[in-house]
Amino acid sequence: MTNLLAALAGLSRLAGLQDAVKGPTVWMPPESSTIAAKVDSVWDLVLWISVFFFVLVTALMVVFVVRYHGHRGTGSKPTRDHNTALEITWTVIPTLIVVVIFWVGFETYLDMATPPANAYQVSVTGQKWKWLFTYPNGYVDENLHVPVNTDISLLMTSEDVIHSFYVPAFRTKKDVVPGRYTRLWFNAKAPGEYQVFCAEYCGTNHSHMLAKVVVHEPGGFEKWLAEASNLHGRFPPAKVGEIFYNRFGCKQCHSLDGTTGIGPSFKGIYGHEQKLQDGSSVLVDENYIRESIMEPQAKVVAGFQPVMPTFKGRLKDQDITSIVEFIKSQK
Amino acid sequence: MSTSERTLGIAPAHVPPGNALGKENYLNHDRGLLSWLFTLDHKRIGVLYLVSILTAFLLGGIFALLIRTELLYPGKQLMDADTYNEMFTLHGAIMIFLFIIPGIPAALGNFVLPLMLGAKDVAFPKLNLLSWWLWMTGAFMAVTAILTGGVDTGWTFYTPYSTTTGTNVVMMVAGVFVLGFSSIFTGLNFIVTIHKLRPRGMGWFNMPLMLWGLYATAIIQVLATPVLGITLLLLIMERVMGIGIFDSRLGGDPVLFQHFFWFYSHPAVYIMILPAMGVISELISTFSRKHIFGYKFIAWSSIAIAAFSFLVWGHHMFTSGQSELVTMVFSALTFSVSIPSAVKVFNWLATMYRGRIQLETPMLYALSFLFLFSIGGLTGLFLGALATDIHLHDTYFVVAHFHYVMFGGTVIAFLGALHYWWPKITGRMYAENPGRVACALIFVGFNLTFFTQFIMGAKGMPRRYFDYLPEYHPYHMASSIGSYIMAVGFFLIAGYLAHSLFRGRPAPANPWGSNSLEWRTPSPPPHDNFKETPEAGDPYDYTDLVWDDAIGGYVRRAGAPATP
Repeated sequence: MTNLLAALAGLSRLAGLQDAVKGPTVWMPPESSTIAAKVDSVWDLVLWISVFFFVLVTALMVVFVVRYHGHRGTGSKPTRDHNTALEITWTVIPTLIVVVIFWVGFETYLDMATPPANAYQVSVTGQKWKWLFTYPNGYVDENLHVPVNTDISLLMTSEDVIHSFYVPAFRTKKDVVPGRYTRLWFNAKAPGEYQVFCAEYCGTNHSHMLAKVVVHEPGGFEKWLAEASNLHGRFPPAKVGEIFYNRFGCKQCHSLDGTTGIGPSFKGIYGHEQKLQDGSSVLVDENYIRESIMEPQAKVVAGFQPVMPTFKGRLKDQDITSIVEFIKSQK
Repeated sequence: MSTSERTLGIAPAHVPPGNALGKENYLNHDRGLLSWLFTLDHKRIGVLYLVSILTAFLLGGIFALLIRTELLYPGKQLMDADTYNEMFTLHGAIMIFLFIIPGIPAALGNFVLPLMLGAKDVAFPKLNLLSWWLWMTGAFMAVTAILTGGVDTGWTFYTPYSTTTGTNVVMMVAGVFVLGFSSIFTGLNFIVTIHKLRPRGMGWFNMPLMLWGLYATAIIQVLATPVLGITLLLLIMERVMGIGIFDSRLGGDPVLFQHFFWFYSHPAVYIMILPAMGVISELISTFSRKHIFGYKFIAWSSIAIAAFSFLVWGHHMFTSGQSELVTMVFSALTFSVSIPSAVKVFNWLATMYRGRIQLETPMLYALSFLFLFSIGGLTGLFLGALATDIHLHDTYFVVAHFHYVMFGGTVIAFLGALHYWWPKITGRMYAENPGRVACALIFVGFNLTFFTQFIMGAKGMPRRYFDYLPEYHPYHMASSIGSYIMAVGFFLIAGYLAHSLFRGRPAPANPWGSNSLEWRTPSPPPHDNFKETPEAGDPYDYTDLVWDDAIGGYVRRAGAPATP
């Protein structure tokens, strides 16, 4: 029995593994990860079993309605109303079939759930409503860049509510939960850009919590990472500050046009006195900005809630200097 | 033109024997609004429920149409993202807690359960009235929540979103808490009634299968709903007092909420489908003019579904980060539920084999049910299998699967049941031809709305999205058009049912030739249900019932014993 199941599982997988990258079908997006073909072979197996039973049920129903159609008022004759052998047959056969479906589904799931050793690790942070990808060298990007044909392991957590990291072309998905780490891995089969969705409802901009997986040609990833990481070498400080302003979610709360959001607007804030909650006031200078980033709760401007998270440990001195320069430039 | 309509043409004003419209019946037994609001008559409480849940259905349906209209094109059409999020939350919460859970059991079940038992009422009539009042209270609280800021959590109230969002979650959750008691009391009442009030001649395996469906449902209602109550209380306490059960910053676990929630809400989908399966057993046997096939297997499969339903909740959380072992166990257990469901479908088909199938509107709904529920059930296999579920979880594939089971299954069965028992409830026949047209409209509209959602879900379209990528547009467009076709069908039903209340042909006692006890009393039934307690026989033996053209219904064959 076990042999039969293994053989069936093997057969169904074989069908999917033959071609390298299968394009989109009527149902599925292209198979762009190593696991996708295996998932699709399970899909195909279940699909054809379902089609068989659906056609069986519908055909019998239609045939019976046509064949045994009776006009209103026709009487009823005594008929046989049970058949134990038949009942056992149509209980046992579906049971065997679902055991097979369970097994092939579980086998592939084990592959999906077990990240290979020595996978390249990227940290993922979900927050309302964006993704941040942190590379081993500390560089943070809003899209996930990875090399082709490489095992990638994502270590994921959330800053606020539950999100879910989903790449349809890779057939993989995992919830991103505050207060714990979850893991997901994949191996992309072809260079290109693939859509990332947030699949767990997370509020207003849930449907815009998108990102791309950018799969680089061999050798292309290292080059990209080296260049992308060198923000301070490529851009003037105020421009780097602007990138951080967008990337770290500052813009969700601090506007640039003077509109009051969850936090004070950056427009013209530098060099001005701000009234604090305790009635005192403070001059917005380099040191105050730095303190507000590292210890946001220390001096909260009057009229605002103390809700800003700290960025201690997430930003380097040079990064903070860039942000200060960016805020100074908002006149 | 069918025989019944010819009869109608010959004698339009003819009132058949067995019709009680001009005589004493439960509708005219007492008069005045208060006689309805504080009635202890299960039939009137059933009608109160029917009016209430249909109002909720209208409201939930309007929200559904607004959602589909918003999704006609990518980007903003009618409303902003926050309003959209409230819309799908309210659509789900209203349809589930206010319509579909009480739909068949509390409205139609209340009406027919004591009649099917040949009893005068349920075991606890006052508790029954309290159930309805609790429903009204819960509904009032839910509407208050809508009017005072809305709710945007989705009907699942997942933490920590539900504990941190600014909308009126507490009021809505408190409303659902109250609705839970309504459901528990109805379940309790039905269990006791079925145990204690069966008539002479009705052993457990002589009960109509509708009663097995209601019994299995009631067991789940009584055992599972308290868990929802406690979960919702914890959610309120978390929100109001910050006790830290679900908040990871306070040492809690947000995923724990999902375990608690689905421990009720998975069994709850069987609260929704089991009574529907009971209805289908009645309809298919009656309109095939043939004894139900495999009675005991259908009866036991209801109990099996109720039992298994408690063991599968973790399949809602395959991507949540729960352990691989738990995930595997829940996947395996999930497949167990598919077996009793398949057994039922095969037995229904076998019932039709060599029957004399009559295509009245209730039977058309039963056939639609077989078609749609098969798709709904089979697509569950994709979601039970771990490899494919990971891809499909939280996409439109799940939305489509859920609607094929809950709408294609439960709502379609509800409509079949409503038409089937309409003559008994109102004493009047609805118009058959518009009935068939409406059924066809809903069938076509439904498939257009939801089959497209299977495709876009498999292609990766996540659920609960206000906006979407252009590649999904054709599917969304088709889906929305389907929903409008369905809406036309529903308005047609509302129209001819309302018309039949005033102009419908007076119904005979037994228009369909069913042999369960509710058809042995006049339509509509008298206040006390039966003049004499009837003696039960085999509810699916139709051999002694013959069609009488003069009254447009079935009568017992002359000389046949009252109890076969």
